[in-house]
Amino acid sequence: MAVMTMRDALNRALREELARDENVFLMGEEVAEYQGAYKVTRGLLDEFGPKRVIDTPITELGFAGLGVGAAMAGLRPIVEFMTFNFSILATDQIINSAAKMLYMSGGQFKIPIVFRGPGGSAYQVSSQHSQALESWYAYFPGLKVVMPSTPADAKGLLKSSIRDDDPVIFIEQERMYGMKGEVPEDADFTIPLGVADIKREGADATIVARSLMVPLALQAADELEKQGVSCEVIDPRTIRPLDINTIVESVKKTNRVVVAEESHPFAGVGAEISTEITERAFDYLDAPVKRVSGADVPMPYAKNLEKLALPGVEQIVAAVREVSYLN
Amino acid sequence: MATQVVMPKLSPTMEEGQLSRWLKKEGDKVSMGEPLAEIDTDKATMEMQALSNGVLRKILINEGESAPLGQPIAIIGEADEDISELLKHAQAAKPEKSAAAPARLPSDTAPAVEVHTSKDQREQTKSPISTVSEDGRKTEETAAGGRVLISPIAARMAADAGISLSALRGSGPSGRIVKRDVEEAIGSKAKPAALRAVTSTRGAARQAVYEPSAYRDEPLSEMRRTIARRLVTSLGPVPHFFLTTEIDMERAADLRRSLNEIDPELKVSINDVIIKVVAAALIQHPQVNASFRDKTLRYYEHADIGVAVATENGLITPIIRSADLKSLSDIAIEARELATRARARKLKPEEYTGATFSVSNLGMFGIDEFTAVINPPEGAILAIGAMAPKPVARDNQLVIRQTMRVTMSCDHRVVDGAVGAQFLQTFKKILENPLYLFV
Repeated sequence: MAVMTMRDALNRALREELARDENVFLMGEEVAEYQGAYKVTRGLLDEFGPKRVIDTPITELGFAGLGVGAAMAGLRPIVEFMTFNFSILATDQIINSAAKMLYMSGGQFKIPIVFRGPGGSAYQVSSQHSQALESWYAYFPGLKVVMPSTPADAKGLLKSSIRDDDPVIFIEQERMYGMKGEVPEDADFTIPLGVADIKREGADATIVARSLMVPLALQAADELEKQGVSCEVIDPRTIRPLDINTIVESVKKTNRVVVAEESHPFAGVGAEISTEITERAFDYLDAPVKRVSGADVPMPYAKNLEKLALPGVEQIVAAVREVSYLN
Repeated sequence: MATQVVMPKLSPTMEEGQLSRWLKKEGDKVSMGEPLAEIDTDKATMEMQALSNGVLRKILINEGESAPLGQPIAIIGEADEDISELLKHAQAAKPEKSAAAPARLPSDTAPAVEVHTSKDQREQTKSPISTVSEDGRKTEETAAGGRVLISPIAARMAADAGISLSALRGSGPSGRIVKRDVEEAIGSKAKPAALRAVTSTRGAARQAVYEPSAYRDEPLSEMRRTIARRLVTSLGPVPHFFLTTEIDMERAADLRRSLNEIDPELKVSINDVIIKVVAAALIQHPQVNASFRDKTLRYYEHADIGVAVATENGLITPIIRSADLKSLSDIAIEARELATRARARKLKPEEYTGATFSVSNLGMFGIDEFTAVINPPEGAILAIGAMAPKPVARDNQLVIRQTMRVTMSCDHRVVDGAVGAQFLQTFKKILENPLYLFV
């Protein structure tokens, strides 16, 4: 085990997989010469050369399509979006080609591609550059959606995503690149997709959180512990396929759930999780499932408004108290 | 938003409440469902819960003061909110001291309650507030308009534990019954159950016997209607008549003594024996276990016996539900527990409303015999005098026997003379030979 940032853990995963399989290659804006807008791809051009680590023009739809074609031809592309905000331009290739090709070709073409990059809220970059898009991609059958919340998870999940034969949307949280944690150095360390992780065990309420909300949920759980409420924090890690069983088992134990997410509430992943819980564990609920979400507005630029638009520890604490009837 | 807290209806017959004690001070934070004050109603001291979150901004009546139902007594709002408008409203809503309380129907002056079959019971709502509607029926108010609000897990736990939803008080929003309410109910139920287990072996029939008795309504016959109308005009709203008999209590006293020798913990009293015998006699004479309704006579399946308890503040009649199904030891334990809570004014309204028959005992005051006033809508009440050794003739010999005189007051609209006499005959027969209880 070594302590490293999430940025370096991702870099390690990329390096190990590039080394492990020569069909793996990386492309995106500034990934090679500039070593990545967020330095996730640092050193990879030097190590693997310009045929494996490729700078692209600023043409998201174009290089996403190039990636899908390469995957159909048998390679395993990793496509970096400088941020997922720009993936919006590439959605036709992601949704209409990558997600559906296996189905539409009657199983002839698998698409082993990873679209990765930072997503979610960032610091003061305003409405167009600070948003959570996971519910978009999770909506489509054919895509897998992964969101790590620790450096170790980031490494293990990215390696599994690269080895997976289906297209994977791998969303890193921009604010978390500098987060440090222990990371296994074993080149065979992987974390299977579709398996949730219980980040903290508890008895009175379940907080389902992903990505940036996980550390906040853990802080909220600490605070609630002082108030006599024992919280279980579950990180699904993979949004699709969703490990609903782990969540349901937790709900059966605690009878109360809060889903914390930084995305907008309407038609979000939290809404899906809430419905799944109601369908599968209705008889175990002591209170309606409560969501803590980002505000239902475009992200404001002003620092004070940005703060108000994002859910924090306080809101999670208040929501848990509400479902526990402590307010 | 700031809201007014108004004097709530905490018992079926309450018209005004006296503020016994504020449990929060002005400026204190309050949460929905949290106890706000203790209110003295006509029957008991009850906790009043806050129905909104916020800060107790203003207390409008002091401890010791009374307010009619619906009068604002406090204001809850945000700490920094402007409440001057609400304050003005609240002051305007305060009635003149001389204003008379709203007139009530005569039937409302007595604790009347509609009783239900167990099935109906499930449909009943539970909320912090009960009311009596125009026809004297008990209804329950909730924000959801009469539905039971209960979380799924709480409903399941209550069903598994055999706890009636009507026995639960919801502490969640709008009175929703939540898991902790059921857990508390299970906790409090577990204690007496353990105690009973020592003294009683019968368990199967017990589950339902804390419910009010089931009943059937029969239309009034023309004759019955005429009797009712004529008697009411002659002797007040409830036409009483009285039947007295003297009972040889030797064997009942022996039974009691033997039981208490077997288990001194039991402390069965003569009154407990009387309750059991009354219940047994009522089941044999269902015409007496009945009440007069405007258009029907209501016959109860079980004997829910009201037991008059004198308290510092006056008379209250906690109820032994389905005494016909309960063992003497059950009755003894329950009667003692109810009487203790009655004296502490801690009875819940459903624990003292809706008996099918009552027993009043002044024997401990040395009263030989007296007549008791019926507690409407019950059909009759039995007044018990003191048990004392007296000379009586047996087989033409003068002997000293423990005797007791009882007087039954009957509502003539329900019970005719002969019917009451036959009931009393059965009562006397069983009490003089309690072995009848076991055949």
